[in-house]
Amino acid sequence: MSTRTVRLQAAAVAVGLLPLFAFGADTAWRGFGANPIEDITHVTGEWALRWLLVCLAVTPARRWLGWSWAAPLRRTFGLLAFGYAVLHASTWAVLDLGLDPAAMVEDLLERRYIAAGATAFALLTPLALTSTRASIRRLGRRWLTLHRLVYAAAIAAVIHFLWLVKADLAAPLLHAGVLVVLLAARLRRPARGAAAG
Amino acid sequence: MKRKDFELPSREITPFGVYLRRREFMGRALVAGAAALAPGLACGSEAGGEGPAPAVGAPPGALEAAPSPLSTDEPRTPYDDATSYNNFYEFGTDKSDPARHAHQLRTRPWNLAVEGEVAKPGEIGIEDLLASFALEERIYRLRCVEAWSMVIPWIGIPLGALLARFEPTGAARYVAFETLLDPEQMPGQRRSVLEWPYREGLRLDEAMHPLTLLAVGMYGRVLPNQNGAPLRLVVPWKYGFKSIKSIVRIRLTRDQPPTSWNVSAPREYGFYSNVNPEVDHPRWSQKRERRIGEFRRRPTLPFNGYAEQVASLYAGMDLRKLF
Repeated sequence: MSTRTVRLQAAAVAVGLLPLFAFGADTAWRGFGANPIEDITHVTGEWALRWLLVCLAVTPARRWLGWSWAAPLRRTFGLLAFGYAVLHASTWAVLDLGLDPAAMVEDLLERRYIAAGATAFALLTPLALTSTRASIRRLGRRWLTLHRLVYAAAIAAVIHFLWLVKADLAAPLLHAGVLVVLLAARLRRPARGAAAG
Repeated sequence: MKRKDFELPSREITPFGVYLRRREFMGRALVAGAAALAPGLACGSEAGGEGPAPAVGAPPGALEAAPSPLSTDEPRTPYDDATSYNNFYEFGTDKSDPARHAHQLRTRPWNLAVEGEVAKPGEIGIEDLLASFALEERIYRLRCVEAWSMVIPWIGIPLGALLARFEPTGAARYVAFETLLDPEQMPGQRRSVLEWPYREGLRLDEAMHPLTLLAVGMYGRVLPNQNGAPLRLVVPWKYGFKSIKSIVRIRLTRDQPPTSWNVSAPREYGFYSNVNPEVDHPRWSQKRERRIGEFRRRPTLPFNGYAEQVASLYAGMDLRKLF
């Protein structure tokens, strides 16, 4: 990997960790809110989805804007999304439900937004595990096929968000809209030469 | 034995400053459980010094209220939490929105209209109401449909005492309540998240039940705007959204009135909405709840622990169907 790529990815990781630092700083400054577990759940979940959307924005940015230098950021933001998703899922399992298996099974079976979230997480896991160069080499063409699961994961994550809100759909619809644009941008290719660079 | 002499009666009002203290316990419990999540979190438990200084003597807006045998002696939720974590969609859908925006609400003058199936319909001003009824302090459990709960020392009057003054007719079977409709003062009403004005309703016998309170204050002082000033309902055995805030109209009716959340999602929110661990909400298990300030969830009690007083109101009803 070139030094430039390493620097770019390091910068992306630094940016990717900002929401965690912001939450930590806010907590240090003002103390915990009334329901800290809910706050942690929301911060980690929202940013898992946002970094996944940023990850999905890399390819359109290359195609439409000619940002070929951004290509290595797909993996970085994908892994950041997965990292936040791990925090998000463990907040639910450990802090919220106290690792009570019965409560977890009940949540998964009876609450469809939990099932959607778990689906997204389950789809992201093999992608994170096969994100190494060695895996790419080993899997060859199958790697590409496998990593198309990211689209399903993003759709499941947005559905999870839509289903969990009580009445105010503004935030989940905004994220869903961004996802629709990013998926649509893949359906068409720019005219030859438009993405020079 | 000696220590007992120094113990305060459980209903004695704790000095106001105690409520303002930060959640040290919560901070520690969380840090213990969440140390792996982010190193920054650990700072929270030691944070302090924010918020107003503890008040000395009577704070502004202090209200005199007689203690009530209907009060619980469970530890009260910190004032900070009860006033910063609110569902009051008229000021925004985030829990922190009401504390940020509710200052735009003007609570004086304030008139409450009582109409419909009453012999003497009319209006009563908030000052008149405060002057003509004896205030009581009622420390109640509050259970939100979102599976969290608090313990709040309300100050108010039994709703039945107010309704009696307007003389309900024999035809009255339900009581409908309405929140103020004014998008100027209530910015959340500029978006149609719910049908405005917010509406709630009770059966007449529920409304006349001694536990049902019309609250004007909490924690020894007038209600903060984000908690439903100047006048709100408190029905401790029902989910919190039944306890409508900033009420301007009460209408006694023959038929069951429409209620906001029921209109918005009838499958999720019933007219009765009694706290019931046996009937789950599609989004939240109602078997357990997190008491604000506590780490582990605790079991939810039927009728929020008020079954002894109110279960008879629902004798013979299938509460799984009439949830």
